[in-house]
Amino acid sequence: MATTVAAPSLAGPKHKYEGGLWSWLSTTDHKKIGQLYLYTAISWFVIGGIEAAIMRTQLYGPNGRLVSADTYNQLFTMHGTTMIFMAIMPLSAAFFNLLIPLQIGARDVAFPRLNAFSYWLFLAGSLFMNVSWFWHAAPDSGWFAYAPLNTPQFNPGINMDFWVIGLQILGLSSLAAGFNFITTIINMRAPGMHFMRMPVFTWSAFVTQFLIVLAFPIITVAVTFLLFDRFFHTTFYELSAGADPLLWQHLFWLFGHPEVYILILPAFGLVSEVLPTFSRKPLFGYPVMVYSLILIATLGFGVWAHHMFAVGMGPVADSIFSVTTMLIAIPTGVKIFNWLGTMWGGNISFRTATLFAVGLVCLFTIGGISGVMHSSPPSDLMQTDSYFIVAHFHYVMFGGSMMGLFAGVYYYFPKITGRMLNETLGKWHFWLTFIGMNLTFFPMHFAGLNGMPRRIWSYDANQGWDLDNHISTIGAYIIVIATAIFLYNFIRSRGHGAIGGNNPWDAPTIEWSMPSPPPAYNFAKIPNVTSRYPMWPATGPSPLSPPVPTAGTDQPLPTHPTADQLGIPMPTATIKPLIATIGLTLAFVGLIWHRQIPIVLLGAAIFIASLYAWVLTPLEPEHTEH
Amino acid sequence: MATAAVAEHHADHHYTSTGLPHTKIAIWAFIGSECFFFASLISTYLIYKGRSVVGPFPHTAWTDPSTGQHFKAILNIPVTSASTFVLLMSSLAMVLAHSAVERSDHKWSRIWLATTALLGTTFLGFQAYEFTSFVHEGLKITTNLFGSTFFITTGFHGAHVTVGVLWLCTMLFIDMKRGLTPRDAINVDVMALYWHFVDVVWVAIFTLLYLIQ
Repeated sequence: MATTVAAPSLAGPKHKYEGGLWSWLSTTDHKKIGQLYLYTAISWFVIGGIEAAIMRTQLYGPNGRLVSADTYNQLFTMHGTTMIFMAIMPLSAAFFNLLIPLQIGARDVAFPRLNAFSYWLFLAGSLFMNVSWFWHAAPDSGWFAYAPLNTPQFNPGINMDFWVIGLQILGLSSLAAGFNFITTIINMRAPGMHFMRMPVFTWSAFVTQFLIVLAFPIITVAVTFLLFDRFFHTTFYELSAGADPLLWQHLFWLFGHPEVYILILPAFGLVSEVLPTFSRKPLFGYPVMVYSLILIATLGFGVWAHHMFAVGMGPVADSIFSVTTMLIAIPTGVKIFNWLGTMWGGNISFRTATLFAVGLVCLFTIGGISGVMHSSPPSDLMQTDSYFIVAHFHYVMFGGSMMGLFAGVYYYFPKITGRMLNETLGKWHFWLTFIGMNLTFFPMHFAGLNGMPRRIWSYDANQGWDLDNHISTIGAYIIVIATAIFLYNFIRSRGHGAIGGNNPWDAPTIEWSMPSPPPAYNFAKIPNVTSRYPMWPATGPSPLSPPVPTAGTDQPLPTHPTADQLGIPMPTATIKPLIATIGLTLAFVGLIWHRQIPIVLLGAAIFIASLYAWVLTPLEPEHTEH
Repeated sequence: MATAAVAEHHADHHYTSTGLPHTKIAIWAFIGSECFFFASLISTYLIYKGRSVVGPFPHTAWTDPSTGQHFKAILNIPVTSASTFVLLMSSLAMVLAHSAVERSDHKWSRIWLATTALLGTTFLGFQAYEFTSFVHEGLKITTNLFGSTFFITTGFHGAHVTVGVLWLCTMLFIDMKRGLTPRDAINVDVMALYWHFVDVVWVAIFTLLYLIQ
């Protein structure tokens, strides 16, 4: 049974790293790093959304001229890149950081300073790619940047240089975080927290980290080739030297398809936490949910060429990838049915988190079904590169990943901040998002089947696409309104929301045993876990009562004893990971900015020096026993 | 009572689920990731094998039809066999260094760490010689698909060896300064895993890039 922390009000002496900007720059606390991920990712989600809104405005009617074709190319490239690498992945990373140590009963991740380094790299990479806007030179070859469109011959500007280097930095960030979380989950589980007792979110995070550490090296290689082609005139994608343009496609999608599961599995995990709590029932088929995660991830490495049916790989390759793609629908379908099984006969309470979770189950299923449609090569040939594909992956990414992540935000906000998000605004947010998203993306199926190609900046009237595009644009504006409501709710509730207490939802897993927000050391005493749902009695939970607190308040949150007072050793705050990131980024800036070798060397020197200073300093202050 | 609580917290603190230190799990995850990294590089080399439109080529001589200039086969198997032997011997030295650290034998831990670093540096010297002579023979990274894929694959391997040598030198420096104890053996162990992995990758590269015609 998990132990809760007693909450006497003790005002300890303030540590020099507590509070203020410096505490954020030097933090090694997984909860603070998680919050940094959360705020940064939401900011990029807004920016990616603005890019989408501009595109939808352009496409509202035929012959739109709001932006030029060149700008439009930059917009759709950066919209895709931003949403995938700077919004959804870091939102997932925010939950990895916030939840993994809490869910497995640990005080922090295995390598707290490496964790800070991952965040700073993510921030650096995303800023690096986006400063290109100031020169009107944002990347413009699409988010999958097919060769030879990305080569210096066909794209001589600086645009794709920003993409290449930005993506390398983001990849390093994800890889570092991947090693860290794998180690954390394998090695830092509390006594009794066997693998088959871990919360399903942690399982989904675990599987996702394996996808990350195995898929990102492949894109690193593909992008390194491109970097060498662009900066040092090698021949990897140089057609006149005999290069095969399909090399990029194979390497990219070998990464790119696992990436799809990197984006969706964490959302699946969050939904698997939300639905049992609000259905007042344990998750239906826990072991099968775990096996299906593993199966999806494994099969996810064997389906990449279904993105490439149109290139003419021949009937054998087409058939194999078609079959593996259909196979992967089976474990995914299992998950959908298990969520339905969880809700079936449950005492369902429709909170905002529940709504978003059910939203994922509905909308992801639509995206999944259209996905199975183009697993068949003949059908795919009719749909590929049309708006049908755009509709498909937005149902998966927005209807799936984002819905799940929003469910997670509403569910875990009280744990992270101590306060509840406003339910009324939350429900407005959900319904407007749900309606807006269907209005935006459902008509795209028809526009696509009627022949509208993706990525066109403008189209002529009377091709049967006008009405679909009208509706899509109106839907996009509704999403903008919904997101504005969410932002207001999010910012307002941080300081003024109702105080949630340790476990406002009467949820079953051990992260709900500690105060909200958790103290720096998480668990005053490491729990001894004896079941999958330690916070629920063996006889099952009672209905969700007393009612969840809703009234907003300006009351301060209760305080808790500090780590010093309890004598718990904590990692020292340090700014070295940030300095290492600055050094590495400086080296890349030198590379892109007129190939300034001295700047590259200076950056590399700063990086190596801070790395040495970091590794040779112990993680924690020395104790008498050492 | 307070003391008991503190002692318990510290006991908690050193607990790991597997009993293994974190760094050991992390290095294995890292090695798994690196396998995919090098597999992508080597696969690209193999996919592009024989597709260069101009020479020079790895295993066959080539005469430029426009200039009549003659280029001999680039790869020099005997020299690379020697450097491969050097690198494999460095793994043996690494094992002996680790064993010396485990039994607090400062003299031999220093000798074997230095030997490992020296053998690694010798390998890098071979590679520098190899790269320079290839460039003299007319193969640059920009010349053709063979040049691009060959230099990037072996170059990234060389970069890994360089990192390993720096790591060894750092460890040797610490050993000279304060003497590595059995408590440090895990750090040497993790370094050794990395070093052996880099060796194994070279075995794959030597076989697939050099030996297969």
